[in-house]
Amino acid sequence: MADRPRFIVVGGGLAGLATVIKIAEAGHDVDVFSFVPCRRSHSVCAQGGINGAVNTKGEGDSPAIHFDDTVYGGDFLADQPPVKAMCEAAPGVIYLLDRMGVPFSRTPEGLIDFRRFGGTLHHRTAFAGATTGQQLLYALDEQVRRWEVAGRVRRFEHWEFVHAILDDNGNCRGIVAMDLHAMKLEVFPAAAVALATGGPGIVYGKSTNSVVNTGTAAALVYQQGASYANGEFIQVHPTAIPGADKLRLMSESLRGEGGRLWVPKKKGDARRAKDIPENERYYFLEEKYPKYKNLVPRDIATREIFELCRRQGMGVGGKDSVYLDLTHLGEEYIKRKVGGVVEIYEKFIGGKAWEEPLQVFPAVHYSMGGLWVDYDHMTNIPGLWAVGEVDFAYHGANRLGANSLVSCIYSGLVGGPAMVRYATGKVGQELGEPSSVLLDGARTKMEETYGALGKMEGPHNPYQLWWQLGDEMTGKATVVRYSNELQELDGKIQGWMEDWKKCSVLDTGKSANQAIMFTRQLWNMLVLARVIVQGALLRDESRGSHFKPDFPERNDEKFLKTTLASYDPATHGPKITYKEVDTSLIKPRKRVYTGEAKA
Amino acid sequence: MGKLGDQVQFKIKRQAGPETAPYWEEFSVRWEPMMNVIAALMEIQRHPVNAAGQKTTPVVYSSNCLEEVCGACTMVVNGRVRQSCSALVDQLAQPITVEPMSKFPVVRDLYVERQRIFEDFKKVNAWIDTDGSHNLGPGPRYSAEVADMRYALSRCMACGCCLEACPNYGPGIPFIGAATVSQARLFNLHPSGSMKASVRLDALQAEDGIGGCGNAQNCVQVCPKEIPLTTSIGDMMRATTKQAFQSLFRR
Ligand SMILES: Cc1cc2nc3c(=O)[nH]c(=O)nc-3n(C[C@H](O)[C@H](O)[C@H](O)COP(=O)(O)OP(=O)(O)OC[C@H]3O[C@@H](n4cnc5c(N)ncnc54)[C@H](O)[C@@H]3O)c2cc1C
Ligand code: SF4
Repeated sequence: MADRPRFIVVGGGLAGLATVIKIAEAGHDVDVFSFVPCRRSHSVCAQGGINGAVNTKGEGDSPAIHFDDTVYGGDFLADQPPVKAMCEAAPGVIYLLDRMGVPFSRTPEGLIDFRRFGGTLHHRTAFAGATTGQQLLYALDEQVRRWEVAGRVRRFEHWEFVHAILDDNGNCRGIVAMDLHAMKLEVFPAAAVALATGGPGIVYGKSTNSVVNTGTAAALVYQQGASYANGEFIQVHPTAIPGADKLRLMSESLRGEGGRLWVPKKKGDARRAKDIPENERYYFLEEKYPKYKNLVPRDIATREIFELCRRQGMGVGGKDSVYLDLTHLGEEYIKRKVGGVVEIYEKFIGGKAWEEPLQVFPAVHYSMGGLWVDYDHMTNIPGLWAVGEVDFAYHGANRLGANSLVSCIYSGLVGGPAMVRYATGKVGQELGEPSSVLLDGARTKMEETYGALGKMEGPHNPYQLWWQLGDEMTGKATVVRYSNELQELDGKIQGWMEDWKKCSVLDTGKSANQAIMFTRQLWNMLVLARVIVQGALLRDESRGSHFKPDFPERNDEKFLKTTLASYDPATHGPKITYKEVDTSLIKPRKRVYTGEAKA
Repeated sequence: MGKLGDQVQFKIKRQAGPETAPYWEEFSVRWEPMMNVIAALMEIQRHPVNAAGQKTTPVVYSSNCLEEVCGACTMVVNGRVRQSCSALVDQLAQPITVEPMSKFPVVRDLYVERQRIFEDFKKVNAWIDTDGSHNLGPGPRYSAEVADMRYALSRCMACGCCLEACPNYGPGIPFIGAATVSQARLFNLHPSGSMKASVRLDALQAEDGIGGCGNAQNCVQVCPKEIPLTTSIGDMMRATTKQAFQSLFRR
C-alpha cells in the first residue's frame, strides 16, 4: 500500500471500537461502519460485568486461576495460548476502561468493586451498576469520537457491509458497503479489514440478542471462503423473561449478588411464591452443586432447568418457568447492585423483585463459535480480521459469564495492532493499491445482486420465513439435541432456502428500504443456520453447551477438535473438517461442578 | 388487558422519504401477550396490510436492543416521546398513535436521524483525554458517592426524549439541550476529566449553548433513565457563571 494505508473496521460494538482506537493511536486512518450508531450497538445490553483477576477481595485470585476457570468452563475446546494471554491482560483492560471514565461501582476505599459470577469461586467481575456493557461501550465510543474530531476516524453509521473485496490471490483489499438511507452502494479500498460484527442470535428468532445481530456479515465472508469454527456451540442462558418481540435477559449478576433459583417441591403447587414455606421449596442448584450453588456455569444451569420443566413437569404452575428469588436481599441492596436488571423486569413483566421472585426460563444468548482466526485474529482470508463475538477464539464449548466483554475488547487490542503490522509490513507493502478493475468489478457485481433483490417475486414474506426458522432452530438446535431432529431441521432449512428465492419484495421505496435489507440478511441467516445444525449433527458427543442425550459423555479422543465449516456453493451447505485444539498448557480433565472435584 | 383474538388499533404517521409529505395510515393488529409497540411493527412486517385491508409496505423504524438501553427505537406514542420497546400495548389507550420525533429530520416513516446529538457531544468534549490505551495502571481513585453520581448521568442513551420535549430545543436553535449539558457535567465530575472542565464550560457558554434553557423542566419528566437533568443544568449554569466571573478578573 501507499505510505498512508487506510483501515476498515466493520462493527462499532466493544470489539470494533477497541480495534479502531488501536489503529488510530498507531497513527493511521480508519473508517468504522455500523448498521446503527456505534453507541447503540448490541454491546449496550451487557448487564453483569467484565472479568479480570484483580484480587481486590484478597481471595488469592490470579490470572492463572482465571485462565483455568475459563478453559475448564469451556470444556477444553478453546486453544489455550490466547486464552492465557487474555486472562493475563484482563486486569489491564479493566484499568484502561477505568481511566477512560467508566463509572465502575467502587469499594469504600474508592477502588473498583468486584462481584461474583458463574463458573468461578472468586469475586472477579467489575461492574458499573447493572448496565456494564452500556458504560464500557460509551467509554470506547467517546475515545473514538475524540479521534474523529482529530481527523483520524471517519464514521459510517447507518451503513451495511455487504461484500469483502478479494483479489485474484484471495487477499482482502476492501469492502463494498451500502448507505442505508439513500440505499447507495460504495466501494472502500483498504489495507486491512476487520469484522467486529457480533453474534448471530437472531437466527433463533427470539433471543436475548439485539435486532441487528443476524450474523449476516460473518455469513457473507463465510460464503466468500472464510472458515467458520465451532458454529454448533450456542449458549442458552438460564435466566430470561418472555416477550412478544424478544427474550430479555435477567443477568447472572442477580445470582452473583445472592439470587436463588427454586421451584415448589409439590408439582403444580398453586400457592403464591411467598406463601410456600422454605421447606417446601426445591433449591435445585444448591442441592446438587453445594460448592458453586446458583453459580454453576450456564450450560449446566440451563440443562437443569430444562430437565425440571420439560421432563419432570416441575416448572412453576406446570409451565416453562422457575423462580429467581431476590426477595431476601432487600429493596435497597437490589436497587443499588442490580437496579438496571430488575427495572427491565418491572417494565416488561411487572412486579418488584424485592416483593416477589422473578419468573424466568432459558433463552438463546451467545455464540461461542464464529469466524476462525489465528492468534493475531486474522481469518483464513489474508487481510481480513475478525474480533469480538464474531470470532471463535476464547470460550471453547461454553462461555463463562462476564468473559465476553473482556474477550471482545482484548481481541480488538490484539487485532488492531496486528492489522497495522500486516499493512505496514512486507505483505502490505508488496500488495500496493488494489486495481480499479478489481474495485469496479466488485461494485458492479453488488449492484447486480442488489438489483435482483429488488425484483424478487413470489408468495413468501421474508419476515414470516424468519419467524419459522427461529421457531424451529429454538426447538431443535439449542439445549437438547437429537441427530434425527437435526437432520430433519437441515432439510427444512434447505426448503426455506428454496422458498427464499420466491420471496416477494415488500417494498420498492428508494429510501431506507429495510425490507430489502432484511431479505438479504435472511439468506445469510439460513446459510449460518446450516452451519450450526450440521456442526451439531456431526458432533456425536456432549461438551459444554452441546448436549446430545444419545451421546451423553464428552469424547476427547474423537471430538477434542475445533469444527471448521467451509462453504460449498453447490449445496449452500458446509463442508466440515476438524482441527486439533492446542491444549498444551492445561491438560484436559473431566469437568464436574458437583462436590469438590475441581482441582 | 387484551386477550387472544382481540385486535389492536394503530394510527401510524408515515413519510416516504425526507422530502415528502407525511400521511397517516391505520392498522389493526392481532393482540398477543406481552405485546409492545415493536411487536406490532414486527407483525406488520409479517402481514403488511392496513386496517382497510389494502396491501402496504412494512413501516420503517429503527430499533436494536429492545430493552431500553440503546435508545434507537424512540418515537412519539400517544403524544408522549418514549422508547417504543417499553411501550406496552395493554397500558396504552387505543387507537395507539405512533409518530416520529419532530425535532430531528425524518429519514422515512418513524425513522429519524439524530446525528446532531453526537455532534453536540463533540462540542463539549464528552470524553476523558486519556494518554493512550497502553497499560498505565489503575485509574484515579474516587469515592463510591461520586461513582454513583456519575453512573446516574452516564446512563444517558442519547435517545433524545429530553430534546423532543423541550420547548427551547430544535432545528436552528443554538440551545444545546439537556442531554449534552449533562454529559459535560458527567466528565467534569471525573478526577481526570475535571482537568479539562474549563474547556467544556467554555463550550457550553458559547453560542447560547446553555443560556438557551428556559427552565421548562420538561426534560426531567420525560427522561426514561430518570437522569437529574435540571440539577445538571443548574450545576453547569453556576459553573459557567463562576468561570466567566473569574476570567473577568483575570483580564
Ligand atoms: C442481554 C445480554 C447481556 C450480556 N451481558 C454480558 C455481561 O454481563 N458480560 C459479558 O462479558 N458479556 C455479556 N454479554 C455478551 C456481550 O454483550 C456480547 O458478546 C458483546 O457485547 C459483543 O460485542 P461485539 O463488539 O462483538 O459486537 P456487538 O456489540 O454486537 O456489535 C456488533 C456491531 O457490528 C455492526 N454490524 C453487524 N453487522 C454489520 C454489517 N453487515 N454492516 C455494518 N455493521 C454491522 C453492528 O451495528 C454493531 O455495531 C451479554 C449479551 C447479551 C445479549
Ligand atoms: S438525558 Fe435522558 S431523555 Fe435525554 S437523551 Fe439522555 S436518556 Fe434520553
